[in-house]
Amino acid sequence: MGDMSKNYRLNFLKEVEANVEEGEWVKMCMQCGVCSGSCPLGKFWNHPPQEIFMMIRAGKREEVLTSNAMWMCTSCYNCIVRCPRELPITHIMHGLAHYAKRLGLIPQQQPTAKFAQLFWNNLSNKGRVNELKLGVKLYFMNGIGEGFKTSLKMKDIGMGMMKTKRMNPLEIVGGHGLEDIKGFQAMLKKAQELEDQRIATPRP
Amino acid sequence: MAAEKKLVGYLCTGCGISERLNVNQLQTIAVREGKIPEVKQHARLCAPDGVQMIADDIAAGATHLMLAGCSRRSKVEAFSFPNVAISRANLREGVIWARPNTPDNQETTQEMANDYVRMACAELRYLNIPSPSGEQKLNKNILVVGGGVTGMTAALETAAAGYPVHLVCDEAELGGVWKNLYKRVPFRAAASAVPNGYDVDLPQPEEPGITEMSAQVLANPLITVHFNAQLSKTSGAPGRFAADITNTAGATVTENFGAIIQASDFKEYDANQLPEFAYGKTPDVMTNFELERLAKAANGAPLKRPSDGKIVESVAFIQCAGQRSEQNGHLPYCSGFCCTESIKQALYFKAQNPDCDTTILFDDLRTPGAAGEDFYRCGQQEMVTFSKGKASAVVKNSAGLTVKFQDLILNEATELNCDLVVLATGQIPNNGPDPYAQLAVDEAETEEEKEAARIKLEVAPPSILNLDYRQGTDLPQLKHGFLDSHFICFPYETRRTGIYAAGPVRRPMDMKQAMDDAVGAAMKAIQAAESAANSAAVHPRVGDLSYPVFRKEGCTQCKRCTVECPFGAINEDENRYPVFNESRCRRCGTCMGACPVRVISFENYSIDSVNQQIKAVDIPDEFSEKPRILVLACENDAYPALDMAAQAGIETTPFARVVPVRCLGSVSLSWITDSLSSGYDGIVLMGCRRDEDYQCHFVRGSAIAAERLSKVGDTLTQLNLEPERIVVHEVAITDLERAPRLLNEMAQNIEKIGMSPFKF
Amino acid sequence: MAKRQYSFYPGCSSQKGASSSNYLISAQTMCEELEIQLNEIPDWNCCGASIGYAGGGELPRLTLSARNIALSEKHHPGQDIVATCAACWLSTREAAERLQHDQARCAEANIALAEAGLTLKNQTPIKHMVEVLIQDIGYDTIKTKVKRPLSGLKIAGYVGCQTNRPFGIAGESFENPKYLDQLVETLGADSIPQFEKKVQCCGGALAFSEPEKSQEMIKGILESAYDNGANLIVTPCPVCQMNVEVYQAQINATYGTNFKMPVVYYSTLMAVAFGRSAKDAALTGQVIPAIQLEAIAEKA
Repeated sequence: MGDMSKNYRLNFLKEVEANVEEGEWVKMCMQCGVCSGSCPLGKFWNHPPQEIFMMIRAGKREEVLTSNAMWMCTSCYNCIVRCPRELPITHIMHGLAHYAKRLGLIPQQQPTAKFAQLFWNNLSNKGRVNELKLGVKLYFMNGIGEGFKTSLKMKDIGMGMMKTKRMNPLEIVGGHGLEDIKGFQAMLKKAQELEDQRIATPRP
Repeated sequence: MAAEKKLVGYLCTGCGISERLNVNQLQTIAVREGKIPEVKQHARLCAPDGVQMIADDIAAGATHLMLAGCSRRSKVEAFSFPNVAISRANLREGVIWARPNTPDNQETTQEMANDYVRMACAELRYLNIPSPSGEQKLNKNILVVGGGVTGMTAALETAAAGYPVHLVCDEAELGGVWKNLYKRVPFRAAASAVPNGYDVDLPQPEEPGITEMSAQVLANPLITVHFNAQLSKTSGAPGRFAADITNTAGATVTENFGAIIQASDFKEYDANQLPEFAYGKTPDVMTNFELERLAKAANGAPLKRPSDGKIVESVAFIQCAGQRSEQNGHLPYCSGFCCTESIKQALYFKAQNPDCDTTILFDDLRTPGAAGEDFYRCGQQEMVTFSKGKASAVVKNSAGLTVKFQDLILNEATELNCDLVVLATGQIPNNGPDPYAQLAVDEAETEEEKEAARIKLEVAPPSILNLDYRQGTDLPQLKHGFLDSHFICFPYETRRTGIYAAGPVRRPMDMKQAMDDAVGAAMKAIQAAESAANSAAVHPRVGDLSYPVFRKEGCTQCKRCTVECPFGAINEDENRYPVFNESRCRRCGTCMGACPVRVISFENYSIDSVNQQIKAVDIPDEFSEKPRILVLACENDAYPALDMAAQAGIETTPFARVVPVRCLGSVSLSWITDSLSSGYDGIVLMGCRRDEDYQCHFVRGSAIAAERLSKVGDTLTQLNLEPERIVVHEVAITDLERAPRLLNEMAQNIEKIGMSPFKF
Repeated sequence: MAKRQYSFYPGCSSQKGASSSNYLISAQTMCEELEIQLNEIPDWNCCGASIGYAGGGELPRLTLSARNIALSEKHHPGQDIVATCAACWLSTREAAERLQHDQARCAEANIALAEAGLTLKNQTPIKHMVEVLIQDIGYDTIKTKVKRPLSGLKIAGYVGCQTNRPFGIAGESFENPKYLDQLVETLGADSIPQFEKKVQCCGGALAFSEPEKSQEMIKGILESAYDNGANLIVTPCPVCQMNVEVYQAQINATYGTNFKMPVVYYSTLMAVAFGRSAKDAALTGQVIPAIQLEAIAEKA
């Protein structure tokens, strides 16, 4: 069972409060389990939200932050609207996932983590998402061989989208972008700096 | 002086009665068969001119009124005339609304109406006008037993209403079980307007206010406090209770009271029965009550663990310790106050040191009261850790204590270390012995049951009231030692009229609830004293002036009435004749139903008044295919259910004739045998639910009736009748669909088994 | 009568050659008929969607939406922002509310915005197009515009997640919103109020990263539509539309089903019912053609 001397101490809860988006709500969970029962992908969570909340209070830092659980969130917001305590559960799950990424604790080969990062990189690049590049990157994210296999599998879908003019092959070489891309990127850089400062310095 | 009876009948033709029924035929029946000399028709009897017509008749000397129209439960205020006897024929709910309006039903519908008019006329002749007995005068003094917060609140509230109080406190100071509170669980809920879902202004532990309350009691000129005192004897009845108040020095004073409130609160659970949690092995494991005393002594200074004086940096609360468990020595129930109590105590530690780790191990967190949920959130905001977990053991380790538990959310066996463990133990009601414990020994069917009952009797606690009653020294209990009360409708009523229960003696509760309880009980006690002075029933037949009249010369001293009275109202004299205490009586008639020689009756409800209704019904011959079903329906639930079913348009068989009874307990077996021998084909008795979760307004009436009727099978066999002809049903007031269905089923059964051969 | 003016936030997927470009075409047609003028926010950027959470932290994501609101307030002062995409609407409104409640975060966002020469006033209502239709236009007005009632069609109203939760349409329940059914009835078609999967998640962005798990949910949505006798599914959300429509062949291959259920936008239904052509209604953008709608659109 390992060292239990830190069990049910508040260290990790305090860390979550300070560093995780909407983390100050974790302590208010009343363990009813409605979130877990309302999650469309609930059966795939190794630790459903209710458990995650309890694990944080029980001090299970590594287990929480290296979990695949939060990455199963589809952002359907069902847990939020059903939570009797009106806790922002969706955002807390996003926040925990982001914090795990910040600490480099994402589990290996977590597909949603990879896709989410690709998405962010894609939008940061030109200010708008380039769906084609995003798709191609996604298919090849697990290496060239996997990529060709996935592309083949997705070929029919791509053809369908192209025929209906809902995908443009020319996007791969250019695509939509912002006029003020410089200002946009400076803005994002600044926001990132401010956030890094805040999370590096513990709250009073 | 026996006043002359002057009978007048009224036939209301409104609400569709004249469209559905031949009212002239009804009038003829009332006059010729019912022997009512004068019967008046009115198009809307409840209208002012109708009511005025009746009032004028009364002024002109009418004493007995037969009202045929709507149910006795309708237009009660319009037809409320003092000092006259009234019978009512239920033509509207009982007949036209219960039957379909089609030509082929016309004949049977009219027959129903005819019978109800016959019944009302017959009943009327046997009604007398009850008058106050004057058995007791107004005694405004109220006795409060218990010097805790419950008793003090009851005393203050009673005095605030202008009624003098004697408060009997068995200790040298007021406060009782609550006097060691450091703070109390908040009474105040959070502000209702919470911006954007963010909690603001959550309730915090409050000053307990016990000292102030004690001072108020002592300063109140209407309150006399008897310290170190107990009741050595209580006799009498509402309006004329006599209590011997004896102090530890042996001095006794006798005082007279109108009513009594028992507010003896609770006893702490003995945690020595929890060795698994190391209670008694280390002083660092303590009960919630002991921590409270520690906190009060510390008075805001850091709380230290008793073993070595180290300031507590981590504490675990084990909820439901020795509670909600069937294990031997545990309390099977939830004490209802311990969850909020633990939150409050956890906040003591947080107030001294926000970094103190406070873990509450709960199974179901229950936070009753308006402030309960807010207070829970307050605990969460202060970072009290709430963990759904079941503790299995507490053991000492080198630095302190280890609590082993199953985390019920993470579903794993785990443990936590801490300096101090608090056991959230429960309340044991501070009541006297169950008055029926001796009866349980007498009535045990096997030797083992007898032995078990005897052991229970031996360990019974000492008496609190020392009642000089035929049925024992203290208030009857329901289960787990809590007092029997109808906890939804009439929470403060006990089974001893004029003696009210408040606080944890009737169910576990926190201080706020006990105070609310005390207010309610005080109001009831005042009402009881006032009602007794008017010779009126206080509950549930509020204001009823009738009481059991007893014909001593016919009595066989069989004691059934004194034993069966659910309220212990009847004592016995030295010759073992019953002594009725009118003001203890609830007027249910259970004694009347019990009496085998029919010597007990009420002025306005008697063996005859019902028997005459039964006999008034016209019984068609065996070949008519028109059976007759006698329905004896409890007026509290079953009768309203049938009325409401008719209002909802639900059909009832045209062969049923419904007679309302005060309680099934009042049903005399003579009614059953007489109706069988006069040709009724079936009998349906409808009373209230009678098990542990009873709904009977008279607690035991329904159960006693079922017991008596279980022996009716022999009678049927003797008469060579099928046992299915008599059924007893439990009917709730909400059984709109079911109540008529039960009657229709009896009609169908009679079709199967055939008509009664006893039609003459 | 002057047209109603809105500051329009189309979002990445509505762009030319992007996955919901058909949504934009049909929405524009619909707006023409309802005399709504959509003024595109100049130089708008991506909202970050929900899936942006991994790469972008709280403040960078809030700042994305803050820029769009600031641009709208600068160029279209006084106009409500309207988005057609559920995720765009949700992200923008969520950011606006968070920045209203959290003054510290709002101050940081403004510091970042200053790098792009912008300031956030954050006083602009942010609406989904459906809110404009229901609250600003109204069912009665919509009904008067119907030239070709969609009679005979049975349409499953698939509301999905993000137009419904956490904000939803005022007066609707999260568990059983009824506006889409009412809109379907207004256009003369039969709705399916008992459609069990009307607020079921389609997997959202996880359709890309967790295709098997998502397609299992999509299968349930399609099954329910078939079980209830639907001719087609209508939705207000581009992610719902795409996920439920384009993976049907893959689902058929995996589960041995035979799904071929058209999934259209409410704006497509309206454009057809208002008498516009198949092209204006963007029926040409259906991967699974909505044959019944095409037939109605071809009627004179």
